[in-house]
Amino acid sequence: MSNGKTSFLTSEQKRKIRNNITGYAFILPNLIGYTIFVFIPVIFSFVLSVMSWDGSKRPMQFVGLANFVEIFGDKVFRGTLSHTITYALMTVLPTLVLALLLAVLLNNKLKGVAIFRTAFYFPYIASIVAVGAVWNMLFQPDYGPVNEILKWIGIDNPPRWVVDKNWAMVAVSIVSIWKYMGYYMIVYLAALQGISNSLYEAASIDGANGWQKLWHITVPMLTPTTFFVMIMLTIQCFKVFDLVYIMTGGGPGNATKTLVNYIYEKAFTSWEFGPASAGAIVLFAIVLVITLIQFSGEKKWFKDL
Amino acid sequence: MNTKRKVIKIILYVLLICLSVIMLIPFYWMVISSLKLNKDVFSIPMRWWPETIHSENYKVIWEKLPLVTFFKNTAKLTVITTIVQLCTSCFAAYGFTKCKFVGRDTIFLLYVTTIAVPWQVYMVPQFILVSKMGLNDTHIGLILMQAFSAFGVFLMRQFYISIPDELCEAARIDGLNEFGIFCKIVFPLGKPAMATLTIFTFTNVWNDFMGPLIYLKTKELKTVQLGIRMFISQYGADYAWIMAASVCSLVPIVIVFLSCQKFFVEGVAASGIKG
Repeated sequence: MSNGKTSFLTSEQKRKIRNNITGYAFILPNLIGYTIFVFIPVIFSFVLSVMSWDGSKRPMQFVGLANFVEIFGDKVFRGTLSHTITYALMTVLPTLVLALLLAVLLNNKLKGVAIFRTAFYFPYIASIVAVGAVWNMLFQPDYGPVNEILKWIGIDNPPRWVVDKNWAMVAVSIVSIWKYMGYYMIVYLAALQGISNSLYEAASIDGANGWQKLWHITVPMLTPTTFFVMIMLTIQCFKVFDLVYIMTGGGPGNATKTLVNYIYEKAFTSWEFGPASAGAIVLFAIVLVITLIQFSGEKKWFKDL
Repeated sequence: MNTKRKVIKIILYVLLICLSVIMLIPFYWMVISSLKLNKDVFSIPMRWWPETIHSENYKVIWEKLPLVTFFKNTAKLTVITTIVQLCTSCFAAYGFTKCKFVGRDTIFLLYVTTIAVPWQVYMVPQFILVSKMGLNDTHIGLILMQAFSAFGVFLMRQFYISIPDELCEAARIDGLNEFGIFCKIVFPLGKPAMATLTIFTFTNVWNDFMGPLIYLKTKELKTVQLGIRMFISQYGADYAWIMAASVCSLVPIVIVFLSCQKFFVEGVAASGIKG
């Protein structure tokens, strides 16, 4: 270290400056990209939601809350909200329960467990385009395998799935459950591994059977995980786009159009950026509320632990 | 007791086998349909195996679709995005954990807050921004918009925190500078987390549909997912061809998945812990 004879900065100050420079040098590549492509767009989406603009050379105009008034007055938009909520209600609970059951089954020490795990997880990594194409054929109302099987077990008038406005969302929901339960199964498996064996041993000594252990040890011990999975699933349901776009295109009519489908169409087919951004802010508000619930829940669990 | 345990074991196996068959039937149906004639896909009664194998379907779609171009585009996007994301995330994570500088915690807090904002919320302004830069309908635009993630920084940071500071301190005393410490000590130690992030980004970019749908308009630039989708809307009734195209789109990800399964599973566990 220099003795600071010629410099008017002490070596301590110099070190601080050098530390600042190194620190920023490390984060800067990410920070610059993130600022341009995420921070600014996030802020801009709030600005756009109170503007009227079609993306052309014409300047944007401040319109206050007119965009929100417009979309909430729009029957289609209110429809997308209710479809998205219906979809979440139909999807979250079955996915969660099935994921938990699969995880409990796989948590036994059996030979070949890895193969089953792969089979259950596989739909999750398959692309939605391919998966949507095959399920659309499986759900084909007149000769599709699903309805053939339903007829075979004695249901004479099986649903017409994606072409029936009452059943289309059910079809999407079934595919979603099938595709995502393997992912949450793995989350549950990781959590199951964290439950101490001594709890089960103690229960065995007290004479508890398998069901009792599942119901009185496994399920309660997994409560924080279940809560986390439920939050993640709900958020995921509110963001749904691809599956609907590929399986039904939002139809028949607008029966399966979801919130993100609405944002997409407003922005990229009719170039109404204002209403599209207002829709995006509604999505943001919903996700924010769910996230806040998560935070308060987490506080509760971690205090308890 | 022993026989009872055996019975339970057998029931478990039967249950697991039935469930996995149900889970995999759609894929089985995809493959057999891709080997049938278009008109035989929905034959009644249902056939669970093709009578004659029509593998020429694969030749047909190879001619009708520029699959090689689509695969090249997707591979390019996936590889570059993954590399950029890995490098910048590791750098930033090192800065956030092992360096002390003014505003560090504030900046990190901003990252954490935006992690919860879904992409769908800001995809419209992001598209406008990328278009204004003249990068609409280019691969660079698509790469830039998804290469910088808060999730990556967060994941790497969680891992780097567990690396003891004494290790870096010792290296500092030995005369290594910060960049040297990063390259020689922290970066190599972070490999498990990097594997997780790689798999995560790789699958996301490879399977991404909405990003390319918004950004890519030129046919020569399209990705596999977009190309298959285009093919499906063009040849809606040629069921066997559609299934053959779907099988082709799945092959690469299946290979990657089966060869790095361990990392896939660990990745889910790691991202699950973040909650």
